[in-house]
Amino acid sequence: MTGRVVIVGNGMAGARLAAELHARGGDRKVTVLGAEPHRAYNRIMLSTLLAGKIGEADVELAEAAGHGVDLRPGVTVTAVDRADRTVRTDDGDRIAYDHLVLATGSRAVVPPLPGLDGLRLPDRVVPFRTLDDCRRILAVADGAHTALVLGGGLLGLEAARGLAARGLAVGVVHPLPYLMERQLDPAGAAVLAGTLAGLGVTTHLAVSATRVVADADGVRLDLADGRSLAADLLVLSCGVRPDTDLAAAAGLAVERGVLVDDRLRTSDRRISAIGDCAQHDGALTGLVAPAWAQARVVAQVLTGEDPLARYRPRPAVTRLKAAGIDLAAMGDPADGGAGEELTFADPARGTYARLRIRDERLTAAILLGDNPAVGTVVQLFDRGEPVPADRRSLLLGRAFGAAPAAPAATPALMPDAATVCQCNHVSKGALVSCWRSGARTVDAVVAATRAGTGCGGCRDAVAGIVDWLSEVDSVEVAR
Amino acid sequence: MTDGARTATRPGREPREVATHCPYCALQCGMRLREEDGRVAVLPRQFPTNRGGLCQKGWTAAELLDHPERLTTPLLRDPRTGELRPASWDAALDRIVAGVRAVQRGHGRDAVAVFGGGGLTNEKAYALGRFARVALRTRHIDYNGRFCMSSAAAAGMRAFGVDRGLPFPLADLGRADTLLLVGANPAETMPPLVRWLAEQRERGGRLIVVDPRLTATARQADLHLQPLPGTDLAVANALLHVALTEGLVDREYVAARTTGFEAVRRSVTAWWPARAEALSGVPAADLEATARALGTAERAIILTARGAEQHAKGVDTVTGFVNLALALGLPGRPGSGYGCLTGQGNGQGGREHGQKADQLPGYRRIDDPAAREHVAGVWGVPADELPGPGVPAYELLDSLGTPAGPRALLVFGSNPVVSAPRAARVERRLRGLDLLVVVDFLLSETAALADVVLPTAQWAEEDGTMTNLEGRVLRRRALRPPPPGVRTDLEILAGLTARLRAGATPVPPPAGEEDGGDPRAVFAELRRASAGGPADYAGVSWERIDERDGVFWPCPAEDGPDTPRLFVDRFATPDGRARFHPVEHRPAAEEVCAEYPLHFTTGRVLAQYQSGTQTRRVAALRRAAPDAFVELHPDLAARLGIGDGELVRVVSRRGELRAPARLSAAIRPDTVFAPFHWGGAARANSVTNDAVDPVSGMPEFKICAVRLERVERP
Repeated sequence: MTGRVVIVGNGMAGARLAAELHARGGDRKVTVLGAEPHRAYNRIMLSTLLAGKIGEADVELAEAAGHGVDLRPGVTVTAVDRADRTVRTDDGDRIAYDHLVLATGSRAVVPPLPGLDGLRLPDRVVPFRTLDDCRRILAVADGAHTALVLGGGLLGLEAARGLAARGLAVGVVHPLPYLMERQLDPAGAAVLAGTLAGLGVTTHLAVSATRVVADADGVRLDLADGRSLAADLLVLSCGVRPDTDLAAAAGLAVERGVLVDDRLRTSDRRISAIGDCAQHDGALTGLVAPAWAQARVVAQVLTGEDPLARYRPRPAVTRLKAAGIDLAAMGDPADGGAGEELTFADPARGTYARLRIRDERLTAAILLGDNPAVGTVVQLFDRGEPVPADRRSLLLGRAFGAAPAAPAATPALMPDAATVCQCNHVSKGALVSCWRSGARTVDAVVAATRAGTGCGGCRDAVAGIVDWLSEVDSVEVAR
Repeated sequence: MTDGARTATRPGREPREVATHCPYCALQCGMRLREEDGRVAVLPRQFPTNRGGLCQKGWTAAELLDHPERLTTPLLRDPRTGELRPASWDAALDRIVAGVRAVQRGHGRDAVAVFGGGGLTNEKAYALGRFARVALRTRHIDYNGRFCMSSAAAAGMRAFGVDRGLPFPLADLGRADTLLLVGANPAETMPPLVRWLAEQRERGGRLIVVDPRLTATARQADLHLQPLPGTDLAVANALLHVALTEGLVDREYVAARTTGFEAVRRSVTAWWPARAEALSGVPAADLEATARALGTAERAIILTARGAEQHAKGVDTVTGFVNLALALGLPGRPGSGYGCLTGQGNGQGGREHGQKADQLPGYRRIDDPAAREHVAGVWGVPADELPGPGVPAYELLDSLGTPAGPRALLVFGSNPVVSAPRAARVERRLRGLDLLVVVDFLLSETAALADVVLPTAQWAEEDGTMTNLEGRVLRRRALRPPPPGVRTDLEILAGLTARLRAGATPVPPPAGEEDGGDPRAVFAELRRASAGGPADYAGVSWERIDERDGVFWPCPAEDGPDTPRLFVDRFATPDGRARFHPVEHRPAAEEVCAEYPLHFTTGRVLAQYQSGTQTRRVAALRRAAPDAFVELHPDLAARLGIGDGELVRVVSRRGELRAPARLSAAIRPDTVFAPFHWGGAARANSVTNDAVDPVSGMPEFKICAVRLERVERP
């Protein structure tokens, strides 16, 4: 019986599940309890919001409200009572469920640094995770000239790029020797750092922070190498941790995340977990695509559309796409096993590509900068389809090898059978015969053969052939 | 003497010449026809759309006039031998009327159905709709335009309140700074249109083409987006997403001229480019470049065609591109806009005047009481006696001969045995009918199954009007009468109506019956019937068309203006505003799987037209494109061990086609393509999916799942 579904969390995963259930109709009652006070929004667009290119309204997602979906933003679930199948909320309500879905997401990690202790961060120090975080960053960034980002992973770089786009000078401090170490290799990360530098983002690598000193006027970050960096704003991007408090308090099996099976069920079969808070087959995801795939499976199971639906994790593609940056990374870059490796690097233009192929399938790829084949590479990897025989097309563009045949340098070199006019199917030989039979101008040849009368694209070629015929000895041509 | 038949004298000694239009596609290129010593020559003509150009199909169109396979006598199926035998008109018409009566007596009026075509003139389309509703009194009429324009039509109706392929003159294409073609390949389907694309690029405009194949058109583009078939809607939503994030949305226009934007804005929030990239294979950077090129252009035009429309989500896909156009403030801005490229010659007019299951002349809805009242008044029948809406083409075809479906079918200007999806099944349905009547001038694959075949006139032998892809009403002019023994469609309808009238059911006389179906009289009645409707022809006269290279509808008054450009001040909705509709990408009706691992898509080649009934019989076109083929990528061919030119079999859950392989790097390695112009073993529609769009009834011609096998030659 799944007549009453309660979803805890109105983030990318929870909102998606509500939409999936809504789309499938039926008369079940779906209650979405979102701790955040606003509409569901697209977290991926927060860096664009930081960049100032869009307003808050532009990150709102379509909501599945009405028709059996009760959407309650600003309501925090404080406890799950599994015995009588209810959840308790901070506004004193108690809501019964037949099935409960935890989509509580994850929380930004605040690193244990002196100056960052306690529950309340200094005003000028903000994590980058939620819309409210974004608002706080923007409030501080207004009037600021410089910013520091602690953490050179995907989110940190997105924040850095967004702030740089607002005109701030941004420094990224990263404890590891190269950026986005989980997705990139050192060479690719070096090209990325170069690209970021061109966008106003400096990187400080292989150095950890030791202390934060913040006051009303600014923030100072002390580094392990003895340097101190000062800025108007410090953004923390030191990773996230699944929000499992509710699940743990309810006695569900929890490791790093809430443990779920292939149907996303927790240790209580009436409770599922999806998205960042879930741990499936030992893995946390942290990306939208798997969260949405999980939402779909839960919807299929709960609505009975496909009671046997199973979540099958697919290899993740990490995509960083912002003005001036185009990065796609997939698979394990550290994979040094057997197989082929393709590389292309043009650091001066910020382009780097490295692809690994085994058994005709892509196993990993890093594409940075202008890689015209990026769409093809992403699809081949995602679908596990065989790579092209001509590997160059994966580096140089999808249409490689299919370019139109270059026109012959001179009509003399064109074979007679070559089609000059596609629309009217006129060969070079037919044009020559026409000339021989007395047509001496382009118009006369066109009128007789109809070459060039369709799309008109071959008019120059026809004129070229007529010119050539009038130049060469007509006896020569006739012979 | 049989009723209405006439004896034509020809050839005349004096050379005759008329200015008319090509019989084939919706570009309706102007041409002149000249008859001398009985031979008909096609000559160029300056007309605002083709500017003197013609493709090979147009140049060779006259070859069919005196073709040896031309039908010049009615054919009746001999019940003993099962063969089609020549018969008199009287015998043929009597057989039809007797068959219709028997079926209707036994199974009700709706047991007779009519199937029309997008190549019929406005007069014929109108007369056919009237014949079905008034003479046969059946609700079952639909036409092959359902397979062509219905998705764009439905999307246009719901967004703009009216459906006219191009709401602006074709010449606007030449002046567009950015032109986006989605699923359109005019370099092969309507070559003279490419002159406008060339002009556009010469002026410095950018051409962007969305097509899973690197077509002749895509090769000319500044940017080619090559999505996986069936993902155009994701591309559209991502383009609008980029337009939003890049600040390209025309907020003033959206506020002043549209409704419903907020819901669309929130729905495309979920379509960030990288998501669409993973689904479609179109690089996020190309999506961004496309949105920017459209959003920053002074004049930008977005056009869709069958590639985007012939899907079970065709209406939503077109709506996605309409949403994009509206968000960018294009429709109604002179030089900018959204349009669709109509396919068949009179695909536009053919859907306006009553051939469609749910429509009455003037693009009126048959379920609208006021519309019924008006049209019934023109027809001289009580409104409550007009039948209600029928069902869309495929549903109609698939119900034939079944317990709930019609048992008799009259086909005018269509060849569904080749052109319908899941064609083997449609063929079985047709064979199960009590009575199949086909009106054609050649023995098409469908005619070959008929109980009665009626020979009809060709384009050079009849007068009438056509409405081209711009909504421009044109004159088709007769060069000479039909050959002896051949009647026009209007004469055939008049003859059938007269016979039905002689029976028990009172049927008002059709327009011009006294002349055996005079097209001018029919058009006069069409004008009255369309008056006040969305496609208002009331002010269009043949004389006015003659004076000025055609008349753009709506044109309500003879002394008032016509409308080359729609939407300049208001949209055709009750409040004058265009409507946004949120649309979500969804998978194809049939997705690839282990057993059927490849995508299959269909389309056209330059030298053939539609089901090929005509063009396959023209020698020059047969030489240019003699046979069907299966296009596949060399990588795929290598994996399957298929060599260029080897016979292959494309197999879907519904059937198979056999044709030689043609290797080409112009197609994605996960997709195979075949042209749909051939019947028999090479029939592409044996393979296609009969899933239809829930709104338009458009079948999913453009994507299904197949496997490919090499055929071992014996």
